[in-house]
Amino acid sequence: MLALGLEGSANKLGIGIIHHPPSSKTGPVNILANLRHTFVSPPGEGFLPKDTAKHHRSWIVRLVKQAMRQAGIRPEDLDCICYTKGPGMGAPLQSVAIAARTLALLWEKELIGVNHCVGHIEMGRSITGAENPVVLYVSGGNTQVIAYSSNRYRIFGEALDIAVGNCLDRFARTLNISNDPAPGYNIEQLAKKGKHLLDLPYAVKGMDASFSGILASVDILAAQISEELPEGKRLREPESGEVITPADLCFTLQETVFAMLVEITERAMAHVGSSQVLIVGGVGCNERLQEMMGMMARDRGGSVYATDERFCIDNGIMIAHAGLLAYKSGVRMNFEESTCTQRFRTDAVYVGWRE
Amino acid sequence: MSQAWLVLHTLPAPFFTSSTPLMPITQGAEALLFKTSLITTDTPAALKYRPPKPYRHPILDKKLTKQRILAEARVLVKCAREGVPVPRVLAVGWEEGWVGVEWIRGGTLRGALNEWESKRMGTYIGKSAHEDGGEEAEEAEEAVKDLMSRIGIAVGRLHQAGVVHGDLTTSNIMLRPTTQSPSGESQEHEQSNGSLKDEVVLIDFGLAAQSVQDEDRAVDLYVLERAFGATHPKAEPFFGDLLRAYGDSFKGAKVVVKRLEEVRLRGRKKSMIG
Repeated sequence: MLALGLEGSANKLGIGIIHHPPSSKTGPVNILANLRHTFVSPPGEGFLPKDTAKHHRSWIVRLVKQAMRQAGIRPEDLDCICYTKGPGMGAPLQSVAIAARTLALLWEKELIGVNHCVGHIEMGRSITGAENPVVLYVSGGNTQVIAYSSNRYRIFGEALDIAVGNCLDRFARTLNISNDPAPGYNIEQLAKKGKHLLDLPYAVKGMDASFSGILASVDILAAQISEELPEGKRLREPESGEVITPADLCFTLQETVFAMLVEITERAMAHVGSSQVLIVGGVGCNERLQEMMGMMARDRGGSVYATDERFCIDNGIMIAHAGLLAYKSGVRMNFEESTCTQRFRTDAVYVGWRE
Repeated sequence: MSQAWLVLHTLPAPFFTSSTPLMPITQGAEALLFKTSLITTDTPAALKYRPPKPYRHPILDKKLTKQRILAEARVLVKCAREGVPVPRVLAVGWEEGWVGVEWIRGGTLRGALNEWESKRMGTYIGKSAHEDGGEEAEEAEEAVKDLMSRIGIAVGRLHQAGVVHGDLTTSNIMLRPTTQSPSGESQEHEQSNGSLKDEVVLIDFGLAAQSVQDEDRAVDLYVLERAFGATHPKAEPFFGDLLRAYGDSFKGAKVVVKRLEEVRLRGRKKSMIG
């Protein structure tokens, strides 16, 4: 069976075409096309809904055409068209939903609205082969620790305020780091050069975490190392007397927030008795986070499953994959229901395709 | 589960010299739990050791470990003084990261609820529903309700003492056989699941804090509620009994239950309607 997936809940527009071989329920899937175009904002700025939606509108036709060509299929070969119903930014979601509806009418195909988070989880499971892992979903808009139980992806812990990716992205803005290819990626590269660990709040509440206070604190530190300050007034490491650099701050921020993420993940793993952990979402690309998670999982006699940027970062293939799983389990959507929504909880989806 | 991690941790002094090697009973999220004896050889004790976390930066790790061991010991002492059902503290090594507390017999609430839930499933499957089978199920349901109330009271007493637990899950509530109850008589039941009628004891104060704020108290209840929702969906309907008992347990508890409603709405991207 074949499905087309359209994703545009944030600044990436993703188009994917997936093929599920008949008979095999859990077997490998074939990725026929997985294209992405990213809206990159200038340094010091985030992406605004209006501009992002405009980006998606102007690229979607080109990308769909290209994906169909690459997959070598005709519209009539498709079984369904899947799009991101939410959660995400309103305007970008709408522009992609409109494109999905248009294609469905034009080609007379079924429409399937997909929960973005469930898309990440299902794609991660399929690529890594992790069967029933605890999932850490970390991106610019979401931070959730998830475990599957009785046909739902249940949220064990989550960010109480801003998402961890948002914390990193916004700190990149504070430091005026480039958003190309992604602010988090550039923070990761800078952090590799950091040496000194400074004191930041550590905000874990049960299985939840809070990041806004940490962002405020690291912003204060950033102001103390500003190049506009005279050399003598800049923040120094107390023991060595060395000047604190932006790299040190990136290092400190990463070490602190990732330790929090690994801790809440470990707590969920201890609670459900699982030793597998799957990291999905854009922040999941971060190799330091993967490394830390791996050390934790090894200590528990388990292992970490992670994917690379093709699947971690928002993409269309995951929407096609999760949509097709739902479609095969009998889910259908009336045209009137093909809306999108900024708020759409992971645990709101009935997962009929899993035991 | 693989036991490979057993060899990865060396115990701190004075425990690494013990003649019989200590085997961990469980690995919690943060700590390894051993059974040993402290002070006298016939005082059974639970030794909680927080090994260094290799994933954490050593400076951060040391800071957190010390903070947490000390906070845990202080809070337990305070609770015991105020009559909250918790294990007593026997010894502490804050630099090495361990605390030794009184050994609590019995099993976890989680185990007891799992047993009850699977039994309940059984009665549904054997749908022929013998009269007495139905009665038994009803009796068990009453026992769960009563247990929920007693948990509410225990948490109420904890909060009244000025302490919040920070990680109230069904794995962190023990059911200790009372000396009269049948399961209390034989030592063999030591590791079994607790009976629904056993005494409630709160354990694992690794994330506890001293606080009298409604917010912190409400978050405690919220974490517990979500633990029920996530792992014991069948017991969740009785969470109301827990909240009712909690609400009557001390002056100011009702305000906390009200506050819980706000906390529930606070998770991200939660629907704000209904």
